Amino acid sequence: MDFTIDHIYAKSKDDKEILKDFSLHILPGEIHVIMGPNGTGKSTLSKVIMGSKDYVVTKGDMFIDHESILSLNTTERSRKKIFLAMQSPISIEGVTNSEFLRTALSSQLEKNVGIYEFMKEMEKSMNDLNMNSNMMHRSINQGFSGGERKKNEILQMKILKPKFLILDELDSGLDVDSLKIVCDNINQYISENPDTSILIITHYTRILDYIKPKYVHIMIDGKIMKTGAFSLAKEIEEKGFSCVNEVSEASTHE
Amino acid sequence: MISLEIVGLDAEKIKEISKIKQEDDWVLDYRLKSYDLFLKLGYPNFGPSINIDFDKVIYYKSREEDSIKNNWNDINCSIRNELDSVGVLESEKHLDGMGVQYESEVIYHNMLEELTKKNVIFTSIEEGLKKYPDIARKYFGKIVSNSDNKFSALNSSVFSGGSFIYIPPHTKLDRPLQSYFRINSRSMGQFERTLIIVDDDSELYYIEGCTAPNYSESSLHAAVVEIYVGKRSKCRYSTIQNWATNVDNLVTKRALVDEDGKMEWIDGNIGSNITMKYPACILKGDRSEGTCITISVAANKQEQDTGSRMIHLGKNTKSTIISKSIARGGGNATYRGKVDIKESAIHSSAMVKCDTLILDSVSKSDTIPINICGNDSSNIEHEATVSKISDEKLFYLMSRGLDSEKATELIILGFIEKFREELPMEYAVELNQLLKKNL
Repeated sequence: MDFTIDHIYAKSKDDKEILKDFSLHILPGEIHVIMGPNGTGKSTLSKVIMGSKDYVVTKGDMFIDHESILSLNTTERSRKKIFLAMQSPISIEGVTNSEFLRTALSSQLEKNVGIYEFMKEMEKSMNDLNMNSNMMHRSINQGFSGGERKKNEILQMKILKPKFLILDELDSGLDVDSLKIVCDNINQYISENPDTSILIITHYTRILDYIKPKYVHIMIDGKIMKTGAFSLAKEIEEKGFSCVNEVSEASTHE
Repeated sequence: MISLEIVGLDAEKIKEISKIKQEDDWVLDYRLKSYDLFLKLGYPNFGPSINIDFDKVIYYKSREEDSIKNNWNDINCSIRNELDSVGVLESEKHLDGMGVQYESEVIYHNMLEELTKKNVIFTSIEEGLKKYPDIARKYFGKIVSNSDNKFSALNSSVFSGGSFIYIPPHTKLDRPLQSYFRINSRSMGQFERTLIIVDDDSELYYIEGCTAPNYSESSLHAAVVEIYVGKRSKCRYSTIQNWATNVDNLVTKRALVDEDGKMEWIDGNIGSNITMKYPACILKGDRSEGTCITISVAANKQEQDTGSRMIHLGKNTKSTIISKSIARGGGNATYRGKVDIKESAIHSSAMVKCDTLILDSVSKSDTIPINICGNDSSNIEHEATVSKISDEKLFYLMSRGLDSEKATELIILGFIEKFREELPMEYAVELNQLLKKNL
């Protein structure tokens, strides 16, 4: 899926401007990484893409496959096959994982998904992720460890089959073994669905050992300050974000 | 004979009701004494303000053919169709026995033959008082006194219909017994009276259902339910009350629990205008247990004043109250409960958990608990939360493709899941339908 953000400005409900003239273009099948220090607006970016009501876009536009999605609500964007794997997935009491996910899949496909075929797919996907199958019948994320919540996000990805995937701090809460399993699943998904565009938001380069990006963007104070190849990530890891100066303006696909 | 209707109340009218029912003198005496108490007692000094014109209430209504039948074909066609349309006939398939009350009289009663052989009694209260006076006089009016409150006094003076159940010792029923109550007239007062005795080492699951169509004049439902749970016995009583929103629902429900007995109230309040209902357990026997799980949905100016009372008398007794309230559209869902661990009830414990979900800014909820711990070897735990539907939860569900209505519905159903999981399957389904309609 082709995803474009065109000079977006966004502010929070308390009127604080967080995204300032932010632009990004991801071609089908490309993997991009956004790195940046705390509080620079990375998670805000993911929520703005997903249409969260916590933020207001004041200027600019956003497109998938050259069609603006700015007027679409969160539900509609999800149905356009955008998927956000959240940094801290919330728990919801009394709603089981399977009930939720089957409802979600049914509304995305606009038809009632049969229980039998759904359960079969759930079981297989949970097995791939090395998740205990009883989690299917537990309330969404309730009593789940940080790592289990992250696996649950990727389980949802596998079932809902997005075309544009945003991974917000995927590695937080995951131990080394689990991170590997989760990334193997994502890589498997990419190889089966090569047109999937991916945006990885991260503090650390740890995840990039498993999922190789084409471009690395450094985001500071609400906009991209520098864009480079994979080597830029390694450079940041060694020298820190302070080495990024305003002179090197971002540009890709040109 | 023509149909009969008694409007307004005085001693002569009470005698008339008693005469219609051909009651024994002790029952009439009890009615008249209760009427005196009703006149003396004031409205409750807590909760919603009640304003009932007692002169306009229909206290008794029946038709000549209203004798108890055990075959649907013998029942007036329009009434049968009306009951069928609200699912009463269908639900009988899942039960061991069923009774149906229409206005003031029980019109249908049927039970599996094998239960009759086991000496299980399931009949109307009138039949019970007449045919089994020994059992009746031991328990009737002993668990809920006619002096308890104005509405228990009113019920005791004009009661009509309701169930009489006796489960002999060492008897377990495979499936529930059910009674269904329907009000169909304007200004009708329904005053059913239920007495359930689960003798030692036995088990009963009883379900009560109630509905009424909407009329402009209000109706009154003032019931009394008394339950005795014998030694090592278990009783579970489920209600989903879906009265029309012009019915004032003022009900006294109480169980007396003997040694090692267990009582469970499952109480859902969705309909009615004002509801005041606090199912109670008197934990008299040592090691007895009481549980009350309630949900209340107060929408469109409804007042649901509900909760539970647990009175611990015996040693090592245990009680649990779980209350879930939902308020919307200017409704008021209030939890009012009492846990009283008496000095004698050493080594007892009680847990109270009240959760409220408020869906908009014009609705209201209060939590008014009274917790008394009368000895130092016992403990009471109390937990209360009030929340609204969080934007974060909605965002999460919507980001997976659910629309906001579906997401809200899932969150609400999740909120009351603890209640839903205690209901038989077909009731859980019905509850979902009701909630969707009311939210």
